[in-house]
Amino acid sequence: MNKLIRRYRFALVLVFINLLMLLILPEIGFSALYHTRINTLEMLYVIPPIFIILGLLDVWVPRETMMKLMGENSGFLGKIIAFLMGSLAAGPLYVAFPIAGLLLKKGSKFSNVLIFIGAWSTTKIPLLLFEASALGWTFMLTRFTVNLFVILLIAGITEKLLKGADKTDIYKRAHSLSN
Amino acid sequence: MFTIILYVLASVLLILSFFKDPGKTKKALKKAWKAFDNILPQLMGILVIVGLMLAAVDPETISRLIGGESGLPGMLLAAVVGGITLIPGFVAFPLAATLLNNGAGFMQIAVFISTLMMVGVVTLPVEIQYFGKRAAVLRNTLAFSFSFVVALVIGVILG
Repeated sequence: MNKLIRRYRFALVLVFINLLMLLILPEIGFSALYHTRINTLEMLYVIPPIFIILGLLDVWVPRETMMKLMGENSGFLGKIIAFLMGSLAAGPLYVAFPIAGLLLKKGSKFSNVLIFIGAWSTTKIPLLLFEASALGWTFMLTRFTVNLFVILLIAGITEKLLKGADKTDIYKRAHSLSN
Repeated sequence: MFTIILYVLASVLLILSFFKDPGKTKKALKKAWKAFDNILPQLMGILVIVGLMLAAVDPETISRLIGGESGLPGMLLAAVVGGITLIPGFVAFPLAATLLNNGAGFMQIAVFISTLMMVGVVTLPVEIQYFGKRAAVLRNTLAFSFSFVVALVIGVILG
């Protein structure tokens, strides 16, 4: 029971703040509940297929295959695959981290996983189409093109700046989180 | 639309997997649940935070924050607002369009959209859980900095 409360303390504190808001600033409190409900429903809609695919990949794709596709020596192909996986996704960024964890566990290069995260956050295709309709094609295409380079740069620099020990820790986390 | 494609893909894969090896499929579903359960506590926290944020910081507040100030201070403010808030795309893009129509600069809007997408202060706990503190902070710092590069290029081309 105590463990359960400890695990959820962050969420519990926030729920408490929301309840407090209902008493002090009811308008904001109710509006917050309304937004939380909509976001929760949307999240529950998008999450099942993503996690089912994740589970199936975990069980069926051998580590060797993943290493060949996205590992240390995967080269350009690894970057392309990482980019496509992120761009073809749906859902908010925080859903991408468990998938990133799986990719790491299967032996993907960390910079490729960062490319995947970058693509998920900035070049998701449904998002791009929506961006083009709201802000125009020039805006979207310019941002998309610049972001292609930015994603690669962020991934490369982050990987370069991390020490060997940091990386060992990252792969250790990936193993303990999905076994 | 995309989510429907994901559902079709997941169903087809699940059925294929089941015919090939029911035991392995069961294991896959268990792993799927475990992966979800891993982020569930943070996920719930994020959902409540985002709800509170959307209630407290309505589009008018954001307009006032990043629509008024211009130049470098305006860009910095827009970048910080984008990095901290977590607004879904279907709210952010129309908001950005409205701000542009009301006279906000392209660079401010571009830096706001960029940090909104790439920088996640609210989701940092989940990111740290998977990448560790150093990598997560590094990625977010770099994303924040490079958002200005994205904004500069957009400013030059569209401004």
